[in-house]
Amino acid sequence: MKYLSEYRNFEATKKYLDEIHKIATRNWNIMEICGGQTHSLVKNGVLELLPEKVRMIHGPGCPVCVTPLNLIDKAIELLENDVIVCSFGDMIRVPGSKKSLLEAKASGGDLRILYSPIEAVSIAKKNPDKEVVFFAVGFETTAPANALSVLHAEKEGITNYSILASHVLVPPAMEAILDDELCNIDAFLGAGHVCAIMGMQEYYPLVQTYKIPIVITGFEPLDLVQGIYMAVKQLEEGKFELENQYARVVKEYGNKAAINVIKRVFEVGDREWRGIGRIPNSGYIIREEYRKYDAEAKFKVGNITAPENSQCIAGEILRGIKKPNQCSQFGKACTPSNPLGAPMVSSEGACAAYFHFSDNLISS
Amino acid sequence: MDTTKLGFDTINLGHGSGGTMTRDLLDKIIFKTFNNPYLNQKHDGSIVKFTGDFAISTDSFVISPIFFKGGNIGELAVNGTVNDVAMCGAIPKYLSLAFIVEEGLSTDDFTKIVNSVKMAADKSGVLIITGDTKVVERGKGDKIFINTTGFGEVHPKANISSNNILVGDKIIVSGFIAQHGMAIMSEREGLEFESTIVSDTTNVNFLVKELLDKFGNKIHLFRDPTRGGLASVLSEITTDINKGITIIENKIPLEKQVAAACEILGLDPMYVANEGVFIAIVSADVADAVVKTMKNSEKGKNTVCIGEVTSEHPNKVVMQSLIGGKRIVSPLIGEQLPRIC
Repeated sequence: MKYLSEYRNFEATKKYLDEIHKIATRNWNIMEICGGQTHSLVKNGVLELLPEKVRMIHGPGCPVCVTPLNLIDKAIELLENDVIVCSFGDMIRVPGSKKSLLEAKASGGDLRILYSPIEAVSIAKKNPDKEVVFFAVGFETTAPANALSVLHAEKEGITNYSILASHVLVPPAMEAILDDELCNIDAFLGAGHVCAIMGMQEYYPLVQTYKIPIVITGFEPLDLVQGIYMAVKQLEEGKFELENQYARVVKEYGNKAAINVIKRVFEVGDREWRGIGRIPNSGYIIREEYRKYDAEAKFKVGNITAPENSQCIAGEILRGIKKPNQCSQFGKACTPSNPLGAPMVSSEGACAAYFHFSDNLISS
Repeated sequence: MDTTKLGFDTINLGHGSGGTMTRDLLDKIIFKTFNNPYLNQKHDGSIVKFTGDFAISTDSFVISPIFFKGGNIGELAVNGTVNDVAMCGAIPKYLSLAFIVEEGLSTDDFTKIVNSVKMAADKSGVLIITGDTKVVERGKGDKIFINTTGFGEVHPKANISSNNILVGDKIIVSGFIAQHGMAIMSEREGLEFESTIVSDTTNVNFLVKELLDKFGNKIHLFRDPTRGGLASVLSEITTDINKGITIIENKIPLEKQVAAACEILGLDPMYVANEGVFIAIVSADVADAVVKTMKNSEKGKNTVCIGEVTSEHPNKVVMQSLIGGKRIVSPLIGEQLPRIC
């Protein structure tokens, strides 16, 4: 497969790994922002091929992991009240405060797993006597499609469709991590697909303010080792610049059409991050003129609150302060079939990635 | 069969009542299609003769959609059970066939499925010797469910057991993985995508017999990686044998289009279901000859040796990745769920 097989090439990957070994003279902590990158690092066995000096810290970029617990409870509340709830696949097994969406489905709820929110609009059209809600979570990457579904519903005059939105933004999360006094991160691998939508502009101020290298990086093993190499090289040379490893996909100004669609439907506002807390101006909220497509306003589920499981250290995992195997519950009380928190559920969650793929981290 | 002559367009509750409508359905479709001396006795069951050991396997088929590219639920119900019996080192002979039909299924669809059962049974050399047909109210089933139980005579040279697996044994896969699961996925509501991926459903019993004829007890284990895919079956085996398995990622047989579909949908082909593929774990000294025999067969032409049994990492399957890293291959937990982005 073009654009895939060449980025999984043994020799090319080895060349960069050898270079990293050669140039790394000091200990460096590099955070990969995106859960997709974490998944790929672990699945391809990249971590064990890196020198001990280069430590990868897994970032908060797993949309499933940072979606607040009470939002899952809200989706379940809708599902139990005769609403057709549509969701991306890996959201449905995440535990809410009492149960997961999958468990609510087993009790009779009409839950549909979709790849595209536009499908949810079609379901609304086919079921005019039912309310249809799309559980619109994710980073900047999924925001254009979710916004487009609202515009599509408006254009078609569909009134029984709305979205339960929890969109979060990467740059404010990076700032929150860097402002944390426990932060020990020396460089970032930027989230390639988020930047494919938003472009690179937002990241220059971060590089300057915090004097930290950021390398926008893709997801295949070769992308990752090249991105890590570029970050280590900057660190060793005492530089802090914004570099773009993923230039075949990421452009300076991003995808303008997608950004315009986002701006029509959403505006930037404060958002709650699971495990991290409220971050100012860190998410998208639905603009006033599209409020009728906002499920929280439409169904009055806005007041549902839910406490986190006190044994779960997801917050520390998501901020890169602890690794999954440093959690006392990892692989014991908390497993993918019985998760205490979201990072153990999603395939992009650091805990699940460690549990599934990483041999030396799993107790026999 | 011309369904217009049957006198009914859909299957309804009356066809499962045990009365004359049931008899009408059985006579016009079931007995007419399967017509064999065992079934023609029209008794409550059948009496068959076996000498020596025999293997029994049962399976229920609840697939949706019931018609898919490369087959339908009917042939799946035959091939699935025939292959399960073959995996025991046996030669499948007889099948039972039980339908649970949701009222409203068109007679046309039912007939197509029955005809596929007959075709698949003929291809694999098994007779349908007993059966049952029940009809449930609309909403209490999903068009049609089928249960089949297979009976087979254990091959005289076979000694299939995970207890026989030794360190150094080779892991051989008979063909491209993930074809069936991705063919079904491409037709599921909400996930439709255009592809020409067809299910790999087929019977492998004759190839299995050939291997047993030639290699006898050097074949230590057969398994078919249906639900849960290759990863789940290999993981199960390591747990049973208390040894490890090492596999090489770039040896895994994966057809390009299936690989692309898995990439797009964010699914790992190692966990996607197969129907016409089996795994053979064989003594290292015959591994090359086994691969050669399998490659010469239509049902095994894409056979590859993907790895071996090791004393290292007991109870775990470890895959050597394309870039030379290592990762553990864990069993599937629930359903494989597509990722957000």
